[in-house]
Amino acid sequence: MADLITYRDAVAEGLAREMRRDPAVVCLGEDIGAAGGVFKTTVGLLAEFGSDRVRDTPISEQAIVGMAMGAAMTGIRPVAEIMFSDFLACCWDYLANEIPKMRYMTGGQVTVPLVIRTANGGGLGFGAQHSQATENWAAAVPGLKVVAPATPADVVGLLAAAVRCDDPVVFFEHKGLFASRGEAPPPDHVVPLGQAATVRPGTDITVVALASTVPLALAAADELAGSGVAAEVIDLRCLIPLDMATVLASLRRTSRLLIVEENPYQGGWGGTIASIVADEGFEFLDAPVRRVAAACVPLPFADALEDEVIPTVAKVTAAMRTLLDY
Amino acid sequence: MTASMDAAELLRCYEQMAVIRGTEKAAHDLFLAGLVKGTTHLAAGHEAVAVGASAALRPDDYVFATYRGHHHAMARGASPAECLAELMSKATGVCKAKGGSMHLTKASAGMLGSYAIVGAHLPLAAGAAWSARLRGTSQVAVAFFGDGATNIGAFHEALNLASVWSLPVLFICENNLYMEYTPIGSVTAAEHPAADRAAGYRLPAEVIDGNDVVVVADAVGRAADRARAGGGPTVLEARTYRHFGHSRTDPAAYRPAEEVEQWLARDPLDVAVGRLTELDVASSEITMAADRAAKTVADAVAEAKAADGADPAQAFTDVWADGGHQWRT
Repeated sequence: MADLITYRDAVAEGLAREMRRDPAVVCLGEDIGAAGGVFKTTVGLLAEFGSDRVRDTPISEQAIVGMAMGAAMTGIRPVAEIMFSDFLACCWDYLANEIPKMRYMTGGQVTVPLVIRTANGGGLGFGAQHSQATENWAAAVPGLKVVAPATPADVVGLLAAAVRCDDPVVFFEHKGLFASRGEAPPPDHVVPLGQAATVRPGTDITVVALASTVPLALAAADELAGSGVAAEVIDLRCLIPLDMATVLASLRRTSRLLIVEENPYQGGWGGTIASIVADEGFEFLDAPVRRVAAACVPLPFADALEDEVIPTVAKVTAAMRTLLDY
Repeated sequence: MTASMDAAELLRCYEQMAVIRGTEKAAHDLFLAGLVKGTTHLAAGHEAVAVGASAALRPDDYVFATYRGHHHAMARGASPAECLAELMSKATGVCKAKGGSMHLTKASAGMLGSYAIVGAHLPLAAGAAWSARLRGTSQVAVAFFGDGATNIGAFHEALNLASVWSLPVLFICENNLYMEYTPIGSVTAAEHPAADRAAGYRLPAEVIDGNDVVVVADAVGRAADRARAGGGPTVLEARTYRHFGHSRTDPAAYRPAEEVEQWLARDPLDVAVGRLTELDVASSEITMAADRAAKTVADAVAEAKAADGADPAQAFTDVWADGGHQWRT
């Protein structure tokens, strides 16, 4: 049996592998050094690589991301951590106006090869300012690549691809998955950006998921398997580049599409997928496209309220049944 | 204090300032003729800051500027023709006509961009300085910014972290007394908006005459030497004055006539001529330098006018490092 590793440890493992491979890779962020990260995702890095390459910063999100950008423009490959993805709003100028536009508006004179890692999503009762799934914010900005792994092996493989990518990458680590376990990746494991994974093959319905919603979709598919339903579950892995080829090929076989996303329905990434399917996959459909997304309210604190707002297995199962009965 | 610049170097600086002044005057005229669209933020009056700093920096140092950055682009080596071509939406523009007046960049000359979100580039300069240290070079990075930028968070975050990490970065404020249309003193709790704040970050600071290219070069030279020697950042506040309004649409009627008159009498080009005369440079040599500058500008205008317009296909290049724009697979 293969070794198991947690999603949390996979982050540190993925960073360490890239830092060993390339001396230009450095990390900066709040509490990432001696403390090992508030989510313990950078444990061991300071000891192995030293304080020049693993730097604690003040609570200065603009300085963290802005300095990463300046370093990336001049020969370094920084990996900046923004502790909670909600805090991306504190440095949003850099993600919206600076990092993604510099290459374009200089006519290709500069590149910005950096990674911004951030802990994303809800389900842990952290309330409205520490629980949001904000991957749709990043996906709304041309010029950013957007990655959100669902498994420990993908954390390592996608992180390797992100660090080696010459474009800026926003890397969403899901807080609800940190404790989850999966097979440890082999050495030199790299998962190319923009390649979705069909994590469960099926013929009756396609369920498109990302990060935390992958295990939800798999659980729902397992539940319906008892009723003879063969659901296909696709883990997108990345929002940009978006692997619509895999989604459309699956839909061609299943004729039914459910999108499960943790960000709000309003402005959520599922809307883009539904739009492309309406445009390019309309003939494949035997039922409407359905989205299970977060409700359009701020994230509440209490479990009983949070469960009302974000996707759950029960909501996914119910939506799948509706589409199968259509 | 003895000025460090010799007559030949000062004459070169004078000519470069005259080229920048003439190019901006041409940009203004081309705008009125309908050949430049969008907006421009002319730096006329600020030339000594850019040219003096460039004279003191090494070619491999990094410079980050603002949307009022024509002078910095040209001082670092962007040609007047490629700058004007950029403003005129020509294919030969320094940014392929994808940046425009506010984003002039000449990366090959270490001019790493003009940024139009106030204050955003100060952390970038700190990051480039950090990069220089990580790579073991003795490069310094410089952020030029206006007085208005001293009231935005990125200024304070950058000064603090640059100080804590003792980075080889220079923060150079071009204090032209106005935050866009508003007197900086009326919205800032410090007399010297950049220099007075430096103490809070344990950084050395100097308020200097930003209209004297020799003073600027000397101050930047000292700060760069200190940074290269591991002495950390310096804040310089260069007092200067815009000859035009904030941007194309601003006639700057809010500035008292007497104030404008006083500052125009301290035109950095005239100050340089005074310095040259003190160094016994013949007036004929100064006139020849001015004539050469005028010809450079006239040639640049002709070259930019003759260039092809931007190729529409360029709208879809340079998003990603592979040169393309594909966001789907």
